[in-house]
Order: sequence, then structure tokens, then C-alpha cells
Amino acid sequence: MSTGDLIHVVSGESLSERRIRAGRILIRGSFLVLVVVALLQIVNALGLAALGFTDWQPTAIAYVAWCVALCVGQVLIRGETGKRILFVLPSALFVVSLTVIPLILGIAIAFADWNLSSPTGPKFAGTANIERMLSDPFYWNALGNMVWYCLAIALELAVAFGLALLLNAQIRARRFFRVAFLLPLMLSPVAVSWMIGRSLLDFRAGPVADLMRALGWQDPAFFASPELAKITMSVLDAWIYIPFMMIMLLAGLQGLPGEVIEAAKVDGATAWQAFRKILFPLMLPVVLTAFVVRLIFKLKLADLVITITSGGPGGATDTVTSFIYREYRDRSNVGYGTLLAMFYLVIIVVGLTLLMRGLNRWMRPYA
Amino acid sequence: MSTQPIFQDKESDLGHKAKWWTSRAVIYTILIFWAIVCIFPIYWTITTSFKLQADVMKGSIIPWLEFDPVWNGWRSLGLSPETIGASSTARDQFLGRFTNTAIVAFCSSALAVFLGSMTGYGLSRFGYRFAWMKNNDIGFFFISQLILPPVVLALPFLILYKELALLDTHLGLILLYTLSVLPIVIWIMRDQFIAIPPELEEAALVDGQGVWGAFVRIILPIAAPGMVAAFVLALVLTWNEYFLASLLTSSSAATLPAMVASQIGSQGVAWANMAAISFAAILPLLIIGVLLERFIIKGMAAGATKG
Repeated sequence: MSTGDLIHVVSGESLSERRIRAGRILIRGSFLVLVVVALLQIVNALGLAALGFTDWQPTAIAYVAWCVALCVGQVLIRGETGKRILFVLPSALFVVSLTVIPLILGIAIAFADWNLSSPTGPKFAGTANIERMLSDPFYWNALGNMVWYCLAIALELAVAFGLALLLNAQIRARRFFRVAFLLPLMLSPVAVSWMIGRSLLDFRAGPVADLMRALGWQDPAFFASPELAKITMSVLDAWIYIPFMMIMLLAGLQGLPGEVIEAAKVDGATAWQAFRKILFPLMLPVVLTAFVVRLIFKLKLADLVITITSGGPGGATDTVTSFIYREYRDRSNVGYGTLLAMFYLVIIVVGLTLLMRGLNRWMRPYA
Repeated sequence: MSTQPIFQDKESDLGHKAKWWTSRAVIYTILIFWAIVCIFPIYWTITTSFKLQADVMKGSIIPWLEFDPVWNGWRSLGLSPETIGASSTARDQFLGRFTNTAIVAFCSSALAVFLGSMTGYGLSRFGYRFAWMKNNDIGFFFISQLILPPVVLALPFLILYKELALLDTHLGLILLYTLSVLPIVIWIMRDQFIAIPPELEEAALVDGQGVWGAFVRIILPIAAPGMVAAFVLALVLTWNEYFLASLLTSSSAATLPAMVASQIGSQGVAWANMAAISFAAILPLLIIGVLLERFIIKGMAAGATKG
């Protein structure tokens, strides 16, 4: 993508001195209001003067007003350029406000000994949380589980690719199959957990268990042993997200030039050769995109685990998110939970950056 | 003279037809098998909502043959034919949760599409420069928000919302949900706008419209299918979100997934009731999925064609 403007506007506008000054006053004035309101609230919060604030909403409102003034001010001060900035600035302010501020707050919380159910409030804990994390077997177990869950993506991709190939073939009732295959993605994971995880797969009354017994599997208890529970959980999660990858791959397949495959067939390639040597290399960028997007969703896996097994048996199905969820729900341990989450974020960011670098180098070795 | 005909099918060509039929059979077997895998759980949910607890425990599958359908699950929700006229607290609670989910999902998806369309358009048309960041970096900044796991934001937001009195409010959830789907929306919309040639706006600009006039009157109507796609995808994600909803809401703004998750009574799970709530929770998206399948596929395909 080029970095220059694709659209050029020649406007003979000359911004009046007054307009620019109005813009500056608007931005600075609203910022001043924000500072004053925030200071008043801080004074109130520290107990220096009782000003009757019950929450921090006034500061938040002043902050939003300042953001709006910043957007309007751009147009006033910069004219045509300001109108262009207005396309991106609102989202940028929105995202920065809602991620940077909580992340900074999060880092502060991560180093605090803070239990919401205790009356004492936050205390600075130094490295106590980190030491506790390093010696917390359940957290490391959850991180280890995440590796297994992520490795399962390879199988999901294979199934999704197969289904995409089938949907791309000459078949009747294509629309019916496409809609049917898409449906699992539409379902709420919590409903899936209950109606499939706990009812359909129920050991005693579930039809799947009956089917398995009929097929000769003596003891189909899907969530009883650690290994089996992990596999069942992966299968359930795969069931929801395979449509997602399938659709991406299908779109990729439909974007391929048909002649290439035809030419391979004319040259006498077998179906497997055509797939291995031509189709797959052409599809590789799409496969990798689907893989990375799926990986990102997989790293957030929680609701199935929370509702079906709460991490059991013996932590075998635990994910990082579900572990932190229980750490908060059961023990209201905000400080420690936040540190675990922050550490997880660091791992994800480092891991994904390395992965993207590696993939880029692999795809374009000479670039 | 040999009696052999001049034109004859080779051995391999004769085998071709049989091979074709086997491959058809294999393809359709797999397709039908997977369709059953996808649809049977939904069928199971619907039928379970009409079963008595004893039938659930027997694992009956076929109505009228294996069990007699009754309005068991729907009666406890106050939505069966006999109870629909009478007042019911269960129904009021359910409808309240349903409205909450609808409000939160629709508002956050609409807000995300609104912000995301503007951003996607700006990034596809103009050269920006903010400190060291150029267009590609700014685009990457937005899309990279996708990797932020909700668990990282959950606890800081819990504390922030407590101070801001936004816990258990629609606004609180809407803000977070918009944040979580905005990266995907920007991704889809940027691809949509890149595909539209800039000559179209140039014509409008020559006609004396401003940049925003051209955007709203010329480009948005063309990009409308893409916006629907982004909206539906955002709707699916926000409608089903459970983790943040369960942490940040308790009663007045609680959503359906949170309600489904908390349905365990003192004497085990009332399966018919659970099935009825689950089915009512997924029904709107099932309808959207069947009706707007084209748009959903278009939305997800955006990432595939432009990596």
C-alpha cells in the first residue's frame, strides 16, 4: 500500500486567524476543564475537602468532552487536513483510551497485594506476586495446556481445508451444506457447553455415549481422564471454530485461477500431486492467515472450560483465562490475577511477534 | 481385416465412470456426515426442551416414537401456550436478559462499524503520519488489538468501572465489546475500501463535494454489503460473549450467555429448562446465519483474499 494520498483535493481555502484561534482555545479550554475536574476529584478522594463526589464519572465525562474537542479542533485549526484526520482520530482516541489507560492501571495492580473481599484495600506488594507466580504449579500447568490446545489447530486446519475443498467441488445443494457447516460458529459457546458438553456427551444419558458403546467402546466417559478430557475439549472448541477457517480457506480456493489446476490435470498430474505441488503452495498464504487468526482466538479460549469442567479433572483442561477467572471468582485476588494476565500478554506478544517474523521470512526468503 | 472396431474405449476410460461414481459417493457421504455433526446438536437442543426429565435421562432422540413431546422447558420459561397469557417472573427475567443482550450487541456492533468504516476509509485513501507511524503502522496498530486477550483487560476494567459506576450497565459492556470487535471491523472495512477505485470520489470532488460528502454519498452506499458483513460478524461475537459479561454484570445488565451459565438449581440441572433457554439464546443468530450467510462469508473472506 502506498503511503501517499490517493485523493488530492485542491481547495483554495485560507483559514482565518480567528478560526484557528477558536480551535486552539477549544482544545486548551477543554483540557483545562479536564485538569480542574480531575484535581477537584483527587482532592475529594484524598479527603482534603468533602466535595460530595461519589464516583469518578465527572472526570470521565470531562475526558470524553476533551476528546470531542480535540476532534473538532483539528478541523478548525487545520481545515482540509483536519477533515482527513477526523477519519482516523476518533477510533484512535477510543482504542488508546480503552487499552492504554487500563493497561497502565493493570501494571500498577499487578504489583499490588489487593483482595477485593478484604477491607484493607490495595497494598504495594513488590515482587511478592511474581515470586508466587513462579512457584504456582497450576498457572504453569495452564500455560502448558495452552501449548496442547494450540497444537490442535493443525488438525483443525486439516479438517477445515478438507471441508473447503469439498464445498468447492462440483456438488449439488452447495448452499445448504455451506449454511449447515457455518451454523456451529453462530452458537453461543455457553449454550454449546451445556447442551453438547454436558448433555449430548453425558456419560449415562447422552446419545453420543450410547453410540460409542454400540461401536464397542466400553467406557465413554469423555471428561473423566485427563488426556481424554483435553481431547474432548479440543474437539468441542474445534467444532465451533472449524467453520471460521473453512470459510477463509473456501474464499481462498475460489480466488485461485482455475486454469492452473486444469493445466496440471492436462499434464497428467494425479489428484494428490495437483494438491501437493500446486494447490497447497498457492493456498499457503491463506492457510497461514487462517492459522494466525485461529491462534489468536484459541489463546482466548475460556467459556467452554469455565462452564463444562472448571479446569478439571485435576487441571487437565485448564486454560490461562479460565484459571485467572477462578482466581478472581473464588478468591477475589485482583492483584495476583492481573499479574498472571499481564505475564500471559507478554508471552503472547513476544510469541506472536516471533511467529510473524518467522513466517514472513519463510514466505519471502529474499525480501 | 481384424474385427476389432476402430474406435473403442480404453480399459482406463471404462473404469472412469465407476471411479467417478465412487468419488461422488465418498464426497456426499462426508458432506452429509459433517452436516449431521453440525445440525444434530441443534436438533438435540430443540427436542430436549420438549422432554420430561425422565426422557432426558433415557437419552431419547425421536419425538412421538421414543418420547411424547410436552411443553416442559417452555412452561418453566413462561413461554408455552398455557402460560403465555399469565404473568410470569421467569419470563420477565428471560425477556430482560434477552433485551440486554440485544441492546449491547446491536449498539456495540453499530458503534464498531461506524468507527471502523471511517478508519478503514481514511487508511485506504490518505497518507497519515503520526510520530514514526505511517499508514501501515497505524493499520497494524488497530488490527494488532485483536491479540489482546480479554482476560488482560477484565480485572483493570472491573476496578475502573467500579470507580466510574459503570459496573452492571449497558454502556460499560458496549464500550468493551466495541473495543473487542473494532480490529476485525477495521480489517474488513479497509479491504472493502481498497477494492473501490478512488476515481469514484474524484468525480464527486470535481462536482464540488467535500471529502466527507464524497465518503457518505458515494462510497458508503457502494461499501454497504461489506458493512453488513462486518456488522453481522461483530454481532455474532458480541451476542455470544460470556467471559466479560459474567465478570462485569450481575443483574440489571446481565446478558443471555451469563444467564444460561447460571442455570444450575439445587437439585441438579433442569435439562428441559436449560435447553429452552439455550435454544432461545441461539435462535436469533441461527436465523441471521441462515438469512445472511452470504454476508458472513463475505466478511470472513476479506481476511483470506488480502492477507
